[in-house]
Amino acid sequence: MTSPAEVEDLLRELAPRVLGVLVRHYGGFGTCEDAVQETLLAASVQWPADGLPGNPMGWLVTVASRRRTELWRNESARRRREEAAAALEPPDPGPVPAVDDTLTLLLLCCHPALTPVSQVALTLRAVGGLSTAEIARAFLVPEPTIGQRISRAKQRIKASGAEFRLPPQGELAERVTAVLRVLYLIFNEGYTASSGSALNRVELTGEAIRLARQLLCLLPDDGEVAGLLALMLLTDARRPARTRPDGALVPLADQDRSRWDGAAIAEGVALITSTLATAPVGPYQLQAAIAAVHDEADTFDDTDWPQILGLYELLDAIAPGPMVTLNRIVAVAMVHGPRAGLSQLSAAEADPGLAQHHRVDAVRAHLLDIAGDRSAARACYQLAARRTLSVPEQRYLESRAAQLA
Amino acid sequence: MKYLILIYSNDAAWSALSDEQRASVGAGHAALTEQLADSGELIVSHGLADPSMGKRVSVHDGQTMTSDGPFAEAKEHLAGFYLIECESIERAIEYAARAPDAAFGTVEVRPVLVRNGSLDI
Repeated sequence: MTSPAEVEDLLRELAPRVLGVLVRHYGGFGTCEDAVQETLLAASVQWPADGLPGNPMGWLVTVASRRRTELWRNESARRRREEAAAALEPPDPGPVPAVDDTLTLLLLCCHPALTPVSQVALTLRAVGGLSTAEIARAFLVPEPTIGQRISRAKQRIKASGAEFRLPPQGELAERVTAVLRVLYLIFNEGYTASSGSALNRVELTGEAIRLARQLLCLLPDDGEVAGLLALMLLTDARRPARTRPDGALVPLADQDRSRWDGAAIAEGVALITSTLATAPVGPYQLQAAIAAVHDEADTFDDTDWPQILGLYELLDAIAPGPMVTLNRIVAVAMVHGPRAGLSQLSAAEADPGLAQHHRVDAVRAHLLDIAGDRSAARACYQLAARRTLSVPEQRYLESRAAQLA
Repeated sequence: MKYLILIYSNDAAWSALSDEQRASVGAGHAALTEQLADSGELIVSHGLADPSMGKRVSVHDGQTMTSDGPFAEAKEHLAGFYLIECESIERAIEYAARAPDAAFGTVEVRPVLVRNGSLDI
């Protein structure tokens, strides 16, 4: 007897490989993906009850091929097309396909013709092996919305003329960057503070980490892939300390560091250390390096802020952005004092990306608080609480304002 | 991120429109809905019946009370909405600007609160 959870893990692992075999054999990504999805659902019911088949990969490929032929016949009938007999032969699954098509699949799911929300949904289903229902629950949208999002995305890919093969070498780097962005979006979506209502939600952070691991196996020399995986590990490591049992947020300074995940930190630190030594530096690697400095400090006061400031300055140079500016200013304040941070904050506010952003108010409140200006800090916390879009952040900011009353 | 695009209709402006113009408003919303569905960014969109068809609901001492419209007339009323999911408020604003009502009524974009968040730097 195999537990449903073990079956689930195995199916997720095999999902992109089965899909790769089908698409390579038959073509027609959209129909093949539907067939694999239905096959995964069937297996997730059948296998825990009947036990694993002798060759799980072979079972999935055979059943999915049959289903794909049925789907294709239905479509073909509608289009009054003749079916090529050759397409009826199920492909030989073999124990392991000769070519790992997971990278091709990932690149196709993150195709530039798609909007980010569609890239995310398609990646989770076609590569992650999640069901439409699971994705819908994870993103708090109705299931038909995700179903429609995925089918429209597949139509768009078809209309764009994209084929199931690796893009030319010259385009590869850019396309991989899009994949990294999608994995990062998935990770952040799951990077949740509220412990309530989490029941039944797929762990998106775990899923993003799993997909990043797969990607690193496919592109072991890509420093940014390693950097992203390290960043995820080093960030997720703090999760046990990030919220109180009632869901209230705990800031980094107040987190019980003994509750951080030491194994994840060790893995992340090792990964980012070896990557920085060998690969050309990139934004994910720098963010991972910053996360590593935080994670390696035994207490908040032990944090090596000068090093963090140096890393943010590098990040600012190669990948500037409003959030990088803001985090760099926090580091400035920790190294040179709150007044130095506050004066840089006033200058930074001219950036339209930061105007009216709640995080500017939150950082200003924090720096004013450190500087001892309680009433100004309180007003800024209140402003930040009004402007944030996150319910748990709002609760935290309101409580900080109340403490300064 | 999810955003709610609120379409407010202005009675005076609406009355001033020709039949053709009204039809083009309907077609404009149909086109916008299709664009949003095609890009995968639409969650749901609907037009609302006239405010006079609404009921106001309150509960006093456990008793549900309703009152019928028309309510005190405002110049503008909520006439429809789009709930969308997209990358940024800039993108949501681009869509809001394509609502035909943006030319004569009021169109508002409101971010939806999220349940995740973190205080890690």
